[in-house]
Amino acid sequence: MSTTTENPQTTPGGSASARTTPADAHRRRAKLNAAGPVEKTTKTIVLVIACALVIVPFIGIVATSIAPADQVTNSGGFVLFPREVDLTAYRSILSGGVVSRALLVSIGITAVGTILSLMITAMLAWALSRRGTVANRPMLLLVLFSLLFSPGLIPTYLAVRQFGLIDSYWSLIIPTAVSGFNVIVVRSFFVSLPDEILDAAKVDGASEWQVFRRIGIPLSRAALAVIGLFYGVNYWNAFFSALLYINDAAKWPLQMVLRTYVVNGAQMGTSELGTAVEAAPPQETIQMAILVISIVPILIVYPFLQRHFSKGVLTGAVKG
Amino acid sequence: MMAVTDMKSPSTAASPPLARRPRPSLLRRILRDRTVLLLALPGMLLLIGFQYFPLLGNVIAFQDFQPFLGTDESLWNGLDNFRILVTGDPAFLNALRNTLILTLIQSVMIFPVPIVLALMVNSLMSEKLRQGVMSVLYLPHFLSWVIVVAVFQQMLGGSGMVNNLLRSNGLPTFDVIGNADLFKVLLTSQVIWKDTGWAAILFIAVLAGIDRSLYEAAAVDGASRFQQTLNVTLPGLRPIVILLFILQLGNSLSVGFEQIILQQQAVGIDASEVLDTYVFNEGIAGGQWGTAAAVGLVKSVIGLVLVLTANKIAHSMGEEGVYRA
Repeated sequence: MSTTTENPQTTPGGSASARTTPADAHRRRAKLNAAGPVEKTTKTIVLVIACALVIVPFIGIVATSIAPADQVTNSGGFVLFPREVDLTAYRSILSGGVVSRALLVSIGITAVGTILSLMITAMLAWALSRRGTVANRPMLLLVLFSLLFSPGLIPTYLAVRQFGLIDSYWSLIIPTAVSGFNVIVVRSFFVSLPDEILDAAKVDGASEWQVFRRIGIPLSRAALAVIGLFYGVNYWNAFFSALLYINDAAKWPLQMVLRTYVVNGAQMGTSELGTAVEAAPPQETIQMAILVISIVPILIVYPFLQRHFSKGVLTGAVKG
Repeated sequence: MMAVTDMKSPSTAASPPLARRPRPSLLRRILRDRTVLLLALPGMLLLIGFQYFPLLGNVIAFQDFQPFLGTDESLWNGLDNFRILVTGDPAFLNALRNTLILTLIQSVMIFPVPIVLALMVNSLMSEKLRQGVMSVLYLPHFLSWVIVVAVFQQMLGGSGMVNNLLRSNGLPTFDVIGNADLFKVLLTSQVIWKDTGWAAILFIAVLAGIDRSLYEAAAVDGASRFQQTLNVTLPGLRPIVILLFILQLGNSLSVGFEQIILQQQAVGIDASEVLDTYVFNEGIAGGQWGTAAAVGLVKSVIGLVLVLTANKIAHSMGEEGVYRA
């Protein structure tokens, strides 16, 4: 305390060493800087184990999916080190059959849904960012309030049925197409755009639509990319809406197929598999292959998601 | 005052008003803002159609609802559907008990894990290492519950990796998947596996924002590393912890719906039924629409009340909370 008041110019650490014995200063600096060896080792071990708990299952799943049939059967259904690469399982599920169809459904839902969600979200967010326009406050309040409650499972189901969406692919898109939270995030980006740019465009004769299209969207591309990825991941992962709204197994997305044949362990016979199978691979291999196919798209977009996190795009947006 | 009245007097009406322009009529403003309104239209329609319109559907909680009759034709039965909440119906009580146990486990065991992880990762010296560890650990957040459950089965199931290794080494195998006694342990470990890394991101961001000079000052005052954590780090985390706790409180009656539905077959209703699955099984699968909607409605209302109350309490303790009303 006294040292800092006497030496206001120096840093606290420096002032401490100036006034006290070297041993004292050393002890203090050690406390400030580094952890002891025991602490450091424990921490490293815990973090390594944590990472292994995530990575090892993936390695096992990929390894089993590409292992030759006899190795999988002999080792009781799980392989960590495949003897050679054998892609029979992938060929059999991707050459027509249940999985191929579900894969197409999932890709379609994800592509159409993401584009639609992103467009509608950006448009609504832009409208809400234009303060002083008609009904701006009430609309903003409606969006905000929707974050605080959910209408409940039964009423939502009945509404979807009332709109005639049962067994329609649209039931997997429309009910979840707009997330109030995402609208608020994008809106806060639009609000933070400098007024000068928008006013300048207006002075140059740009219409509201042109300002939105030519200035608002290009300047918020990073935020929109993250939001789009989030929507995409959600559509790809959607399982519960399919369970609720899709009774026709021919229209199932991949997650439903995953549940039926991997989680519940239903057998895949020749009618469920593709046509180009010589000898059906073991069920375990097929299950792992389906699992890999459903994880890979997430792994592909993951680096993009991450890049934006490290830029702090999302944390900044959430704060504002 | 005089000047204003003068301006409004007939003698000056001929000259255009300088100070105040009259507020344009509603129609004029709608025409002026038509682009903005059109942009808002699709999103607002979806929000009203799938967030607000279904709210009205909650009236079936007060009806003997028959799907083929619809809400207009079904008979009203007052509070009959809510009777199940107080009559001690065993299926409902079982769901309630499981929900409360899981809520307790989640707030006591799951909530602190990301904070501990954040503290550990935050004290890593190298930025590269820190990012590497985190990008591995938050990956599972983006996987669907179906995938997570499948991965757990492949790892811990009867023929899964762990039991396979144990068996080939002549060790006794263990049975977690499909074991009703350990179901809550399984659920908890799945949640930790999936979401710890993700939840830690927020804490790490907050930790990075704590002023370094506070640590230096504490060290100068002779605080040990543990004391620094106790007196600098944890107070720094307090606002975000309180915020997340309030938000979680609002969801405290909704525990792992998808996660449980997926695994319910294997362990049976007794061990796995929670309020959300009860609403689903009773209503959509079982046709007891009115009762299910009543339970769902009470659940949502309690959730909303919990959030609002917790927020109030946080304010009265001088915290930011979720929002200021």
